[in-house]
Order: sequence, then C-alpha cells, then structure tokens
Amino acid sequence: MQYLTDRKRAVGAGAAHSGTAHHWFMTVSSVVLAVMLPVWLYLFGAAIGGTRDQVVAAFANPFTAILTALVLVVSMRHFAKGSAVMVEDYAHGTARKAGLIFVSSLAAVIATTGLYALIRIAL
Amino acid sequence: MAEATGSSKRVERPLSPHLQIYRIQMTSVSSILTRITGHALMAGVILGVWWLLAAAVSEPYFALANAVMTSWFGKLVMTGSLWAVWYHYLAGLRHLLFDARLGLEIKTAERLGWACILGSVGLTVLTIVIV
Repeated sequence: MQYLTDRKRAVGAGAAHSGTAHHWFMTVSSVVLAVMLPVWLYLFGAAIGGTRDQVVAAFANPFTAILTALVLVVSMRHFAKGSAVMVEDYAHGTARKAGLIFVSSLAAVIATTGLYALIRIAL
Repeated sequence: MAEATGSSKRVERPLSPHLQIYRIQMTSVSSILTRITGHALMAGVILGVWWLLAAAVSEPYFALANAVMTSWFGKLVMTGSLWAVWYHYLAGLRHLLFDARLGLEIKTAERLGWACILGSVGLTVLTIVIV
C-alpha cells in the first residue's frame, strides 16, 4: 500500500522528474565561479610564459593554490552537470548512457589531475 | 492517438530543441553560444591542467608542455578559451537576471544577447592588455 498520492509525488518534480536540484546547483556554482574567476584568470594568465621555477613558485602560493583547487573542483562539477543536460538533449538510449558516463568521468579525471599537480607543487 | 491503429510504425517527430524548425534569432544564438563556449572551454582546461601537471612532474616534461602552451597553437587555444570564458560568464550573469524575472522582454533580451557578445570581446581584449 502506498501512502503517498500520485499528486504528492509529482509536486515540485516538474518535467525533468528531478525537481529544481539541478538548476539550483548550476545557480550556486555559477555565482561562486563568477566571484572567483576574474582573480583566478589574472593569476593564471600571469603565470603563463614563466620558467618552471616561476610557475612552481606562483602555484605554491597558498592563495593561488587554494583558489585554483576551488576553481577546478567547482568548474568541473559545473561542466559535468551542464554537459549531462546536453547529452540528455541530443543522445538517446545507449549513446545517452555512454555520453553521461564519459562527461562525468572526463570532469573527474581533469579535476583529480589538477589537484594532484597542485599538491605536488604546493606541499 | 496520432498513430493509426494497426500500424506499428512510429511517427517521426522532431526532437527538442527543434534547431531545424525555428528561425535563427539573437535569443537563440546567444543561448546556443553559451552551450558551445561551455564545452569548447574544455580545450583550454585540458591544456592548462596538462601544463600544470608537467610543471609539477619534471623539467623536461615542463619544457614540452610549455613549448606547446607558448606556441601559436597554445596561444590560439588560450585566447579562444579566454573569449569563451568571458562569453559564458556574461551569459551566466544574464541567466541570473532571467531567474530574478528581469530582462525577459524580447527587446531587452535581444540587447542582453548583444551585450554578451560585444562585452565578451571587450573583456577578452581588456584581459590580454592587463595580464
């Protein structure tokens, strides 16, 4: 016996069947990225073109290291979720499943590789 | 109900987002560009993370990655990514406005689309000048 009515289950879930969780995540991550990116773009841009010692010194700075880690993690989750919507829009069946696994994995590999490099440089 | 009874053949309907049906206009172009820039940015991210990994690992590896990064190809990817990030940035801010129920009138929405395109070019030039 089900105690929840069909209406109760549907309220707030919308056409995506997952409610507003995705939209809210993208809103929160976009605001956070909007705050971090101008500063991070300046720091990253300034590091390009330097010698290895200069680049290592730039990313060993605690502020730069922490900001880069945050930008990497938040932007890769933002990408994975945004890209998943594109896959859901254009691909169907097995291609959709494969695409969803691919974009999520790609984001995870990039974020983890970046964090590994940061840890080696900054610690 | 749209299918004739007895026929197992499915009606071929266009799938969302109906790219082949709608007339191209500022609001649709600026929206599609948001998705394109968001995905194209991965080229810059992959090159940047690879370059950082190389800096962390060894001198010869960094020499290779840095040569790619500072080559015409690397500069093209980085400059393109810079424009893409500013476009995606401004288009994202526009989404926050839309969420706040602002700028939804057609004229305003079209002007905001132009603001994203022209603004992103301006910010790209500004960033290159400053950095």
